[in-house]
Amino acid sequence: MSNFKHLINGLWKENPTLVLVLGTCPTLAVTTAAMNGLGMGAATTFVLVFSNLFIALLKNLIPDKVRIAAFVVIIASFVTIVDLVMKAFTPSLYAALGVFIPLIVVNCIILGRAEAFAQKNNAIPAILDGIGMGIGFTLALTIMGAVREILGNGSIFDIKLVSESTKTILIFILPPGAFFTYGYFIAIKNKLSENK
Amino acid sequence: MAKLESNLKNMVLSLVFISMGMSAALGYVYLLTKEPIEKANKEKEVSAVKMVLPAFDNDPVTEMKRIATIENNGKDSLTFYPAFKNGQFVGCAVKSFTEKAFSGKFTLMVGFLPDGTINKSVVLDQKETPGLGTKMKEPKFYSQFENKKFEGELKVKKDGGDIDAISAATITSRAYCDGINRAYKLFMKEFAGKANAAADSATAVQTVATNK
Amino acid sequence: MDFINVIILALFVNNVVLAQFLGICPFLGVSSKVETSLGMGAAVIFVMALANFVTYMVYFFILKPLHIEFMQTISFILVIAFLVQVVEIILKKAAPSLYQALGIYLPLITTNCAVLGIAILAVQDNRNMVMSVVYASAIAVGFTLALVLMAGIREQLENTGYPKGMKGFPISLITAGLLSLAFMGFAGLVK
Repeated sequence: MSNFKHLINGLWKENPTLVLVLGTCPTLAVTTAAMNGLGMGAATTFVLVFSNLFIALLKNLIPDKVRIAAFVVIIASFVTIVDLVMKAFTPSLYAALGVFIPLIVVNCIILGRAEAFAQKNNAIPAILDGIGMGIGFTLALTIMGAVREILGNGSIFDIKLVSESTKTILIFILPPGAFFTYGYFIAIKNKLSENK
Repeated sequence: MAKLESNLKNMVLSLVFISMGMSAALGYVYLLTKEPIEKANKEKEVSAVKMVLPAFDNDPVTEMKRIATIENNGKDSLTFYPAFKNGQFVGCAVKSFTEKAFSGKFTLMVGFLPDGTINKSVVLDQKETPGLGTKMKEPKFYSQFENKKFEGELKVKKDGGDIDAISAATITSRAYCDGINRAYKLFMKEFAGKANAAADSATAVQTVATNK
Repeated sequence: MDFINVIILALFVNNVVLAQFLGICPFLGVSSKVETSLGMGAAVIFVMALANFVTYMVYFFILKPLHIEFMQTISFILVIAFLVQVVEIILKKAAPSLYQALGIYLPLITTNCAVLGIAILAVQDNRNMVMSVVYASAIAVGFTLALVLMAGIREQLENTGYPKGMKGFPISLITAGLLSLAFMGFAGLVK
């Protein structure tokens, strides 16, 4: 695959959320609002790009038997870096995302890409793959967050779209709504891919 | 371009090298962000105190005092930020909490006037459901706690009180009242008697405030 | 009395999968058969109770006194990875048939966000050591419960019909949504 293909692979064809169905926990948990989905996507993309890069650079120094442990140490370090930086500079987003920031470390997307791609490729393709997957994840999360926020709260990115008294479909902000939205999202993507 | 062989020496060396390298990088970022994190927390505290109190000319945050709560055998404590203007005690901000929220705990800052009237209140850290519990940050709800004089406890209408709960977020609304009541009880216990003595109020409260 | 409250909280009100969204990947991946769900659940209960015990001690006796709380994520995940390895070795020797049955799902418990998630949340809540382990074990039972319920429904779904476009993940997610909706009925059961 050419470098450009690495970049756009994660956007549609192998979108981590809708096709690979990885990283489902944050997808369901943080998409209560578009802003949260965007923030989580950005944080995850950061970790993904840097861990892909480091693993691609260090791949010849990591014996096969300890690779998972090594990957985890690298990923966990970058997650902690993101955690500290967000605590310092974006405290309200940090509070909104809560426990799901440290949980980026077990986001199957990151470990999955490390295993399937980064350890078999060089630095540049690894970075591009990270960016592509990250953006694909962020887009999916932001769209899902927007849908749930519009239907459940009548707003998008905290901008109210309806008047105070309009009744919103509350269920979409609650756990069942997350499952429903995600399920239909995948179904729609599948249908669109079928027709292409 | 072959990978390192998986013998014991290589495995241990590799893991140790990577762990130490990453920990060093991490420690560096930790030191870099330590101050900004403290600053961010401090700023939040300072602006919250300013928001809930009437005009003052001292520094309530440096003069703050922690007082143990009545319940729970004093295991918890609330922080009091007394405010003065021209030497007169004009009010006190209290950082209170509740553990009855939908997602457990949240903290709030309440500003009391010397006679126990609530001046204003604002929510600090919370993790309630967006669009539901988070509506407690909207004026429609929190304005009910502005310039509020009351006796005893604040309750939602459902429990016989006069506070309008957020629709579909009764638990959060009750928790907010719980946080305010907790602050009110302790404030009245520690400050009410002393605060009413006009001349002595400044010195009396300041002695309480500087006591460890 | 406290124990009962904590257990009901963990099993139903705060069900780790249906209310807290932790452990979704194995939940969707393993729950196609009731038998595998039970096996996975048992392994998770064991790992979670043990992991909670160890991480609790690591946090309060090592990280906090040394003021290196920021090493929490790394140290916790390493503890969990290590424990899962140990469990694997023990199972291989002591219960080889179960080991075979679980297959790849055993090492995957390391990336089960429920294990790491609950470990992190446990040090934030106000519980003592014993209550923490009890809560974590009950959470893992709740995980098993959700898994088995899901497996039962999915086994049935194979026999009934549903729109072709929903095949695979979509129908599983909608089912999970309905389960989650049902569990919402437990809200407010205990404080």
